[in-house]
Amino acid sequence: MLEGKTALVTGAAKGIGKAVAVAFAKEGCNIVLNYHSSLPDNVIKEIEGFDVKCMPVKGDVADFNFAAGLIKDVKNEFKTLDILVNNAGITRDMLLMRMSEEQFDSVIDTNLKGAFNMIRHASSLMLKQRSGSIINMASVVGITGNVGQANYAASKAGIIGLTKSVAKELAARGITCNAIAPGFVETDMTDVLAEDTKKAMLDVIPLKRYGQVKDIADAAVFLAKSSYITGQVLNVDGGMVM
Amino acid sequence: MVFEKIREIIAEQTGKDESEITLDTNVKEDLDADSLDLFQIINDIEDEFEVSIEDPEAIVTVKDAVDFVESHKN
Repeated sequence: MLEGKTALVTGAAKGIGKAVAVAFAKEGCNIVLNYHSSLPDNVIKEIEGFDVKCMPVKGDVADFNFAAGLIKDVKNEFKTLDILVNNAGITRDMLLMRMSEEQFDSVIDTNLKGAFNMIRHASSLMLKQRSGSIINMASVVGITGNVGQANYAASKAGIIGLTKSVAKELAARGITCNAIAPGFVETDMTDVLAEDTKKAMLDVIPLKRYGQVKDIADAAVFLAKSSYITGQVLNVDGGMVM
Repeated sequence: MVFEKIREIIAEQTGKDESEITLDTNVKEDLDADSLDLFQIINDIEDEFEVSIEDPEAIVTVKDAVDFVESHKN
């Protein structure tokens, strides 16, 4: 169903982004793989192993002009952009009282403005095609809030508002826009948390296990295939938030 | 030249025949274009002629677009 389509995933060097890119490759999509700092050697090989093209593009989605150039490159290389996954995200956790302006701004810039930048430029291509699926990575924290994550939670709540607005604006052309709100997923981002924090998380997950990147990737593929779901936030969190 | 290119852009976006589009054509009303079409047309005109249309609302007829481009390019 997704064979031959073009999927662009931001922040795809590792973690959830990489898993999402691999999952779309497995479905037969050509992959545009954006990353910010470094890309492990095996990622491109793993994707090309599914007999699809993989175009790696290094750069910062928080940069409006970079996002414009990235979409232009995709258009030149693949002609269409069918699936955009705004996954690039960072954390700069700190209690509000000690949070610096830089810590707040950098998280908003990458997580929220980065998604806006990508959608802003991708939308004209998708509008022309009259099709497309945009998937934004939110977080359950954007719904519940979290101690030490005022910046991150604000960015993810922002993603949800962005998702719903984009869904309404682009629906007239058959373009869908949804968000996935992962709960606690085992990645480098959560690996840095203290052991007792991780244990405490398990107590609030009804399914009694941490999420795996594949759980999120499966949800992304599902949303990309669903042409009648738009403006929704899909929690993939083991039942953490209901 | 400018008119021909703009006509081509508008025809492509609205799915209308180029012969239906004249300088007097009101893009929204005569061609059943919605705001998404209009913004798409404006984006394409901006890219084509390397101009920046700050006030898209001012573009109502094809002539408005042609005049804008002719007075702003380069």
